[in-house]
Amino acid sequence: MELNEVFEKVKGLFVEDLGIDESKVTMEAKLEEDLEIDSLGIVEVVMAFEDEFEIEIDDDELADVSTVGQAVNLLHSKI
Amino acid sequence: MSKRRVVVTGLGTINPLGNNVSDTWNNLINGVSGIDYISSFETDELPVKFAGEVKNFDANDYLGKQHARKLDRSGHLSIHATEEALKDAGINTEERLGSEVGIVFGTGIGGIGATEQAVRTYDERGASRINPLAITQLMPNSSTGQVAIKFGIEGPSLTITTACAASANAIGEAKNMIQNGIVDMVIAGGTESGTTAMTIGAFAQIRALSTNNENPKEACRPFDKNRDGFVMGEGSTVLVMESEESAKKREAKIYGYIAGYGATTDAYHITAPAEGGRGAVQAMKKALADAEISTEEIDYINAHGTSTPANDKNETAAIKTVFIDKAYEIDISSTKSMTGHLLGGGGAFESLVSLLSLKNNIIPPTINLDTPDEDCDLNYTPNIALEKKLSIAMSNSFGFGGHNGVLVFKKD
Repeated sequence: MELNEVFEKVKGLFVEDLGIDESKVTMEAKLEEDLEIDSLGIVEVVMAFEDEFEIEIDDDELADVSTVGQAVNLLHSKI
Repeated sequence: MSKRRVVVTGLGTINPLGNNVSDTWNNLINGVSGIDYISSFETDELPVKFAGEVKNFDANDYLGKQHARKLDRSGHLSIHATEEALKDAGINTEERLGSEVGIVFGTGIGGIGATEQAVRTYDERGASRINPLAITQLMPNSSTGQVAIKFGIEGPSLTITTACAASANAIGEAKNMIQNGIVDMVIAGGTESGTTAMTIGAFAQIRALSTNNENPKEACRPFDKNRDGFVMGEGSTVLVMESEESAKKREAKIYGYIAGYGATTDAYHITAPAEGGRGAVQAMKKALADAEISTEEIDYINAHGTSTPANDKNETAAIKTVFIDKAYEIDISSTKSMTGHLLGGGGAFESLVSLLSLKNNIIPPTINLDTPDEDCDLNYTPNIALEKKLSIAMSNSFGFGGHNGVLVFKKD
């Protein structure tokens, strides 16, 4: 799957499932500050990623993920 | 030292009769039923197919989807009612209320819908797929916390879970907080949104619910000989309560006074009222004593009046024990005939009704009261509202567990 394709799917999850304004979801957007996803929300996001891409994400893989772009790169590397 | 007087300066509600105070009051005095067939889930397998649901309310429109989806429906209703009450009280909802304002909410079963969903997910998909928001939605204090966050209420907070007496107890405890000088203002009320397939099924199992599936609007008939159980309802009602001094200082309008509170426990049976309403009698007496008034002074009683055979009979007996001959002169009504049983939100809603009755000099009726019952022989204001000069009202709330909460309201 191309990086851009992963981004579009991630954006779809944020907008459809979490109700986040579409215009805010960019590769540079910070999950916490820009998208207002708190610690509970991160767990939801991970669950949504796991279901959508049929993968498993360990907690320690998330240590360096704070932007949409970093999440997209992590997912891209695991698919 | 005389006690500080406690006033109500703002009201908000969302319930089966309306999504604001004004629509609700108009429907109350016109004897409109808010009961209908359940629209939010399938009822094919259930013995009861109707309830009092909040209508025409979309939490996504109100709060935005990103905020709304984090909360249980009980949280949505609580925030909606609180916002109306604060605005009604002339309070700026854009500013945090701060640490000198408290919050006391009542609920019977909290976010039971979220509990059920989480259990279903666990059974079907395992622990790793349980909604991470489940705990924050299902805990009974969820509404209290969410309302506090939304409006920046940083003073003391309590969540009271005494079943159907919960929000009467909430208002009573809030009154004591203000009277004792702990804070000058408390946002007090209660919420229930527990109408789910499981709760309907479970209440039906103990024969607590009316099964009048043919005529839902006639199912709730408090004090009528043909009553056959209560009707589930949902909603939230919130009062802005403050010391008289605080209200006068900021020139707020005053609906009336929370003058007395009495709370007791039957300590008898987990669902059935004690014979003759023993615990209810003591709660009414304590509320009158707290208000420093005599039985002669009560003009109106908003009864608990659930429409179950046991409650209405025992509540009637309890009123007679407390008021003796005066019992036959007091105007009583059960507004549950129109809203259904709002459970943990009932006491707050019926406090709102009592306060508006005093203010408007109108007693809303008990609808569907067509056939008298020899065990229920007082004046229950059948079917048509009564215009009458009113000064003091009482509201009764009794809950499973044997909890009794009685409030007394004064116009001035």
